[in-house]
Parts: sequence; C-alpha cells; structure tokens
Amino acid sequence: MAFLQYLISGISLGSIYAIIALGYTMVYGIAKMLNFAHGDVIMVGGYISFCTTSYLDLPGWVSVVFAVVVCTVLGVVIEGLAYRPLRQAGSLAVLITAIGVSYLLQNAAQLIWGATPKNFTSLINFQVPEFLGRLNVSGVMLVTVCACVVIMLGLTWFTSQTKMGKAMRACSEDRGAAQLMGINVNRTISMTFAIGSALAAIAGVLLCSYSPVLQPTTGSMPGIKAFTAAVFGGIGSIPGAFLGGVLLGIIEAMARAYLSSNLANSIVFVVLILVLLIRPAGLLGKYVPEKV
Amino acid sequence: MKQISAYFKQMKTVTKIDYATYAGVVLAFAIVLAFQSAGLLNRSITGMLVPICCYVCMAVSLNLTVGILGELSLGHAGFMSVGAFSGVVASMSLGFTGAGDVVRLVLALVVGAAMAALAGVIVGVPVLRLRGDYLAIVTLAFGEIIKELLNSLLVGFDENGLHILFNYDGSRVVSDLGLTENGVEIIKGAQGVAGNQRLATFTVGFVLVMITLVVVLNLVRSRTGRAVMAIRDNRLAAESVGINVTKYKLIAFVVSAALAGAAGALYGLNLSSLSSTTFDFNASILILVYVVLGGLGNIWGSVVATIVLYVLPEALREFDNLRMLVYAIVLILVMLATHNQRLRALLGRLIPKRKGAAAHG
Repeated sequence: MAFLQYLISGISLGSIYAIIALGYTMVYGIAKMLNFAHGDVIMVGGYISFCTTSYLDLPGWVSVVFAVVVCTVLGVVIEGLAYRPLRQAGSLAVLITAIGVSYLLQNAAQLIWGATPKNFTSLINFQVPEFLGRLNVSGVMLVTVCACVVIMLGLTWFTSQTKMGKAMRACSEDRGAAQLMGINVNRTISMTFAIGSALAAIAGVLLCSYSPVLQPTTGSMPGIKAFTAAVFGGIGSIPGAFLGGVLLGIIEAMARAYLSSNLANSIVFVVLILVLLIRPAGLLGKYVPEKV
Repeated sequence: MKQISAYFKQMKTVTKIDYATYAGVVLAFAIVLAFQSAGLLNRSITGMLVPICCYVCMAVSLNLTVGILGELSLGHAGFMSVGAFSGVVASMSLGFTGAGDVVRLVLALVVGAAMAALAGVIVGVPVLRLRGDYLAIVTLAFGEIIKELLNSLLVGFDENGLHILFNYDGSRVVSDLGLTENGVEIIKGAQGVAGNQRLATFTVGFVLVMITLVVVLNLVRSRTGRAVMAIRDNRLAAESVGINVTKYKLIAFVVSAALAGAAGALYGLNLSSLSSTTFDFNASILILVYVVLGGLGNIWGSVVATIVLYVLPEALREFDNLRMLVYAIVLILVMLATHNQRLRALLGRLIPKRKGAAAHG
C-alpha cells in the first residue's frame, strides 16, 4: 500500500515536471536553444496567481487565466528582446543570455515581492473520496495528472494537425528550408515561446498548489528537473517529455522514500547523466549524427 | 639596454600581453601592500583582499573551460566547494597534530587542488563526451550533487585519524563519528564547518593568483593549449588532424578544476565558518559573469573584470538589492552587443579600428 501511495505521489509530481518539460521541449526543438529562464517564468506565473487571489480577491480560475496571459506576454517579450537578436550567434552566447534573463527575472521578483517566502493557498481544495480504503489522493494530484494528459494530447494534436503546428515542425526540422517555403520563422518561434510560457504559468499554479511555498527561486529547481525530464524522454519529442516527466517524478518519489531523503535530487541528476551517456537522444528521441 | 628593447620588439604580441598581465598583478600587489603599511586601508577593504584573490583565480580558471575550451560549465563553484571543504579538513586535521601554520596552509591548498582535480576527472570523463547545452546542464547538476553530498557528510579528526561518516538517510549525527575526547568535529553535515582557524593571508592569495596565471597562460600558449583551442573552433576538423579530443578536453577541464579547488581552499581558510550553500548555483553564475564581461578567452580581462566587479558592489552597499539585477541586465546587454551582427557593425563604425587590429583583418 505504501508503495502505491509513493507511486501516486510520484506520478502527480512527475505530471508537473511533464508540463514544464513540454514547454522546454517545444522551445528547444524549434528555437534550438536551452531556455534557462523557463523555470523563472513558472515562478512569475505563481506570483501572478498569488497576487490575484490574495490581493484582488478574485476566484482561482481567474487567477489562472491572468497568470497564463501575463506569462505568455512575458515569454514573447523575452524572446523578442533577448533571444531574437542572437538568432545567428553561437549556442554559448544564447545560453549565457538565457542565464542572464533567468537572473533578471529572479531578482526583479525579489525586488517586487521580497525575498521572504509567500504562503500560497492552494487553488484546488476539493478532496477525493477515500480510494481503496487507505490511499490518500488529494484534489491537486488528480487535477495535475488530468491537466498534464490533456495538455500532452492537445499539443500532439496541435503540432500534427494545425497549420501553425506544422510550421513549427518544419522549423524544427530545417529552419532554412522552412523559410524558403514561406514560413515566417520569427513568428513561429514567438508562437512557440508563447505556448511554452503559457504552459509554464499553468505549471506554476499547479506547483504552488502542490507545495505552497512561493519565493523568487521557486522555479529554478523544478525548471532544471523538467529539463532533465525533457532530455530523459528525448528532447524535441512531445510524448517523450510526458514520459520523461512522469518517470522522473516516480524515480524521485521512490528515491526519497526508499533510498535517501537527503540525496533525492542527486539521484535524479545521476539518472540524467546515465541517460545522456547510454542514450544521448533520450528514450523517445531520434539520434542525429553530426555532419561536416 | 638596447638588447632588452630589441628582445621586446621581436616578442609576439600575445607574449607581451602575458608579461603585462604578470606585471600588472605584481604592481597591484605592491601598491596594496604599500597602502596597507601606510595604514590607508580600512577594515572593510582589507577584508576583501583574500576573497578578491580567490575570485580572480576562479575567474581565470573558469575562463580556461569556457573561453579556451569553449564548453560552458555552470558548476564551477562545485569544484570551489570541494577545494574549500577538503582544504579545511586538511588544515584542521593538521592543526590537531600541531603542524605549523605555513605547512597547514600550503598542504590545505594542495589537498584542495588535488581533491578538486579528482572531482574534475570523475565528472569530466563521462561528461566531456556530451556537447554544448547538455554539458552545461550536467555541470549544473554536478554542482547541486556536490552540495547535497557535502550536506550529508560528517567528518572529524582525533588521535586515530580521520573519521568520515556518510549521512545518506539523515539519521546520523556528529556523535556517531565516535571521536575521542580530544577529537575535533570538522564537517557537521548541513551545518558545515565552524571554528575554523583563519590562516589565509593576502600574500598567499597573491602567490596563488600568480601560480594560476602562470599555469593557465603557459598552458594556453603551449602545444596543448593550441590543441584545446582547435577543438573549440572546430571539433571535427581538430579530430581529423589527429587531435585526441577527449584527452585535451580533459586536460583543460581538470586543470581548471584543480585551480578552482586551490582557490576554494584559500577561500575556506579565510572564513571561520563555512557552509555548502556558499557555493551554490549563484556563485557559479557570478564567476561566469566575471569571465563573460572580462572577455571569453581573455585572461587579463578576467582579472580586471573580477577586481572591478567585486569592489564596485561592495562600494555601493546601499544598492545591494539592485546589484544582481544590474548584473543580469549588463550580462544580457554585453551578450547582445558582442554577438549581434548589426550592433557589432554599429559599434565598429563608432570606434575606429587600431592599426594593428586593421592589419590582422
């Protein structure tokens, strides 16, 4: 029974990672850059939701909409101001810029909201009736898992069926050729950032409902772990990000329960290193050999 | 006299720059010493001298990884913490046996460098096979792993030697080490180190900076350094002319880690208490900012940038909240200014090229 309980909490934690990882994987697959600031967009989403519920006294779903809108705008602005001018530059330059953006967001949040942690009141309060007698399933867990599955299916449909989604896949395959076919690459990449940041906002609200401490560094660790999840599942692949996120959540919960509570993060990162060494393209990714 | 000037003329530009770097550091050291003996420096400035030396070493060694080798490392503070903790353990253990201060200090630096080099090998062998972004994220993960490992480490020293316990499940405490009555508790898990004797001096810091510069500059100008830079510029081309990519990457990475370890040991010996959170991701980023703003691959740039960026915020203490914000904005702007072609062309038109620069194209 205890094992099942850990499994359930692992899956729900993993679903949050998966939602973040979906944003990471979209951006990485299409813009070919590691958006280091993704984790901090999560934090911004959490703060926006916190402010609308506790200062403006608006209902929870309004705060989610608000957070999604603000984060989407934020993501597009970041892309336009900081990343677009570096489209032709090397990956090191883009990565360092992204770190700069991440730092900027963290410190701006610290200036606006202060460094002391805020106590986030969970938006999802309903209790799931006792399940199989002793299993403890909270409303947040259920909502997280459902949201994650819905988002994953939605994104799969979007990238395979819609015009914009097909443009995204074309850009990720070969940006130059896509441009020659009349695809507006800049707009496609902006759109990707918008989707990724909207997902980050949802993830932020869920993350804060799950563990209610909100501070400027809230997003960085889940951000890094979600990237790990995206790499684990094969970066650029949407089902891969989902699978990687859920597996990572389970690994973390199991490691915390059975191996060592102090070293759970380390175990997750060791898994990342092992995956990268054994299957550099991740579980569902496809390996692209380097060409001269 | 004529011979000397003739010798200078036939020197390569890079050699001149290297000598100028050494001369600048020596000069700065002499000036600070002169000011100090004249009693012109207040406590807050003298307190900054050793950390500045440590951060200069950190920046120069990180420049070896990021600028010369061209691989972004986000876990450089991890090597610093390995050096700091192992250096402090060495120093406190030797203090128990009654060794002299100088012996303790030198051995602590050596142990710190050696342990960090070992960590560099352990991390480097698997990780350097990865490319670009993956390598960056794994070095970041490494920094976090080091932090967690150090947080669950218990170390003490008594007549029977070192006692090390690994507190992986959070159930062990310091008394489980089984120390004798005279034993000293050195690392107390998440609480870190307390009661460390501050042995570091500015002179040692200066010597460490000089050693770091000599090692890095000589490495960069050697055959090994040229191989490393060839790998940075084009890995496939370097491989095709027979350069052993893994070997040279590992050399640069491990040297960088060892120097960071020595700097960390000095940093640790400058503090009476030490905790692993000092060397978190933010510390790695801070050092990266020094390197980027000093210029990737530019060693003297790292030295100058570190000193300026370390002193400036201390002087502007009241703007402490804004400091990191300004850092972040400056970091972004510098990356945009140096890597955007349109902006670069604009800057190029504003600043007329010097004769030497024009000749090189």
